[in-house]
Amino acid sequence: MKKLNRRTAAAIIAAAILAVILAIYIGGALLPAAAIDADFSQKGLPPSPGHIFGTDFLGRDMFVRTIKGLSLSLTVGAVASAISAVIALAVGLTAALGRGIVDHAVNWFIDVFMSVPHTVLIILISVALSRGAAGMLIGVAVTHWVSLARIIRGEVLQIRSAQYIAAARGFGKSRLWIARRHVLPHLLPQFFVGLILLFPHAIMHESGLTFLGFGLPPERPAIGIILAESMRYISSGAIWLAIFPGVSLVILVLLIDKLGSLVRYLLEPREAQM
Amino acid sequence: MGAVIIKTIAVYVARGITLLLAVSVLSFALASASPIDPETRYRLSHPGVSDENVERMREYWGIDEPPVKRYFAWLGGVLRGEWGTSTAYRQPVLDVVGVRFKTSLALMMTAWTFSGLLGFSVGCVMGVFRGRWQDRVIKRVCLIMCSIPTFWIGLVFLAVFAAALGWFPFGLAVPPGVPPEAVTLGQRIHHIILPAMTLGFLSFANLALHTREKLIDAYGSDWAIFARARGESDVAILFQHGIRNALIPAVTMQLGSFAELFGGSVFAESIFSYPGLGAAVSAAGTGATDIPLFLGIVIFTACFIFAGNLIANVLTLIIDPRTRRSTGI
Repeated sequence: MKKLNRRTAAAIIAAAILAVILAIYIGGALLPAAAIDADFSQKGLPPSPGHIFGTDFLGRDMFVRTIKGLSLSLTVGAVASAISAVIALAVGLTAALGRGIVDHAVNWFIDVFMSVPHTVLIILISVALSRGAAGMLIGVAVTHWVSLARIIRGEVLQIRSAQYIAAARGFGKSRLWIARRHVLPHLLPQFFVGLILLFPHAIMHESGLTFLGFGLPPERPAIGIILAESMRYISSGAIWLAIFPGVSLVILVLLIDKLGSLVRYLLEPREAQM
Repeated sequence: MGAVIIKTIAVYVARGITLLLAVSVLSFALASASPIDPETRYRLSHPGVSDENVERMREYWGIDEPPVKRYFAWLGGVLRGEWGTSTAYRQPVLDVVGVRFKTSLALMMTAWTFSGLLGFSVGCVMGVFRGRWQDRVIKRVCLIMCSIPTFWIGLVFLAVFAAALGWFPFGLAVPPGVPPEAVTLGQRIHHIILPAMTLGFLSFANLALHTREKLIDAYGSDWAIFARARGESDVAILFQHGIRNALIPAVTMQLGSFAELFGGSVFAESIFSYPGLGAAVSAAGTGATDIPLFLGIVIFTACFIFAGNLIANVLTLIIDPRTRRSTGI
């Protein structure tokens, strides 16, 4: 059998990770809500073949709750990082194309966002929008664009000073043509990878905020809610309530991170050192 | 050298003041946008209050005034040192912030020192073993640790070290029921270890990876090759040259991480019921939102983060003579 080359292998791994993430998402959406109805005959069971993550104090299966929670996290993470990436694109392009005073103004604006801890800022936004899913979503979205905006700014500045841009201009190509043919193809991979890498951060902030009580409401099956509930039962030894959902969250975050670096490797082979 | 440093500080402080003003406008606007009406909030936090008192409060707070006027009234108060009264703690905001910050500072500095020393040492180990299996294993562990949420590692520590093993208390900064004078230093240390580990455990990974990159750069430089040609070992090069080169970026990075440190302390303090500023953030945000305290904490943390960045910049100028030539910050 012929040995796979690294690029093909990377594509296969990326596809597999994507399949797992999609399976978690669809699984969480398809599992009936009845699967996590309270069942007091099954209260507080440690992990067993029937309930691989155990059950909680209401007899709900923790595996189903975890999958549903991760699915919810994926939805929130997707929306928040998409909004964040669009803000980053707008801010980064403004800074790079405006130059001079506009660039300074944008950098100053970024510094304003960096001078308050993000956790505090998200709580403030969440409180201002009456502590619901929407507030948390907007809070996560408006605090995560900074790093990507900087990357986009740097990238555009670098492309602008490239010789092939000067050459295209010399040939009398329009600005729009240059933007479409030369700038966009360089920017899109960066943007796309940046978007994927925003995802894990968004999910971690979402679950953290929900954990503190500023995110999703307690009746939603969110990971943050599950972990906040588990805190009350840790002292009585029910540590599986905290361990399994948390490990699942970390694994999901790692999978998305890995997906991001694989996509970068596939799109930008020269820049990504595997 | 002195002139350059003074100029740097002056420019930086001027910029910092504009940033602080912007932060104050931003946070005040957000706090005013809260859909919970101040009157409802006042009635919630003071059950059984009479209508006359509510009317007096409306007037005192200037609720019927336009927001811009209220902002300047509040800003004037902050500049005079009157930060308002916390509705949750029924004490002046400045007092609450001061007392809680002292408690938090002990926690944050323990975690900060711990993660700094550990992160730098682990980074050095990775640098010396660069490319070999030891480096690959530690690097992978560090990358995984970057993906673990602070609040969850806190829960795990609570479950393992407090619940299962019983080595450490479940929370608080001092044993319950003991008068403050009678608390020994040992008891304080006993209570600070778990929250500090929670706070420092994950942030060291970032520093370690950063230090590793700097050391690998250093090992690839001409003087490192020359040192090897003289017969110096990797470890000798690390102590002779590597540490000096990697230390400044590491210190700068640690000083620049005050924002994440404080953000993490919100979680660590909430999990371990540690009575610091971080726990006060989530307390101020829940129930009848404690707007004066919240605004006070935002302004205070912004100053704290600013101070960290300022120290980092000045320290770099003092330690590294190369940065003094260009005065730009």
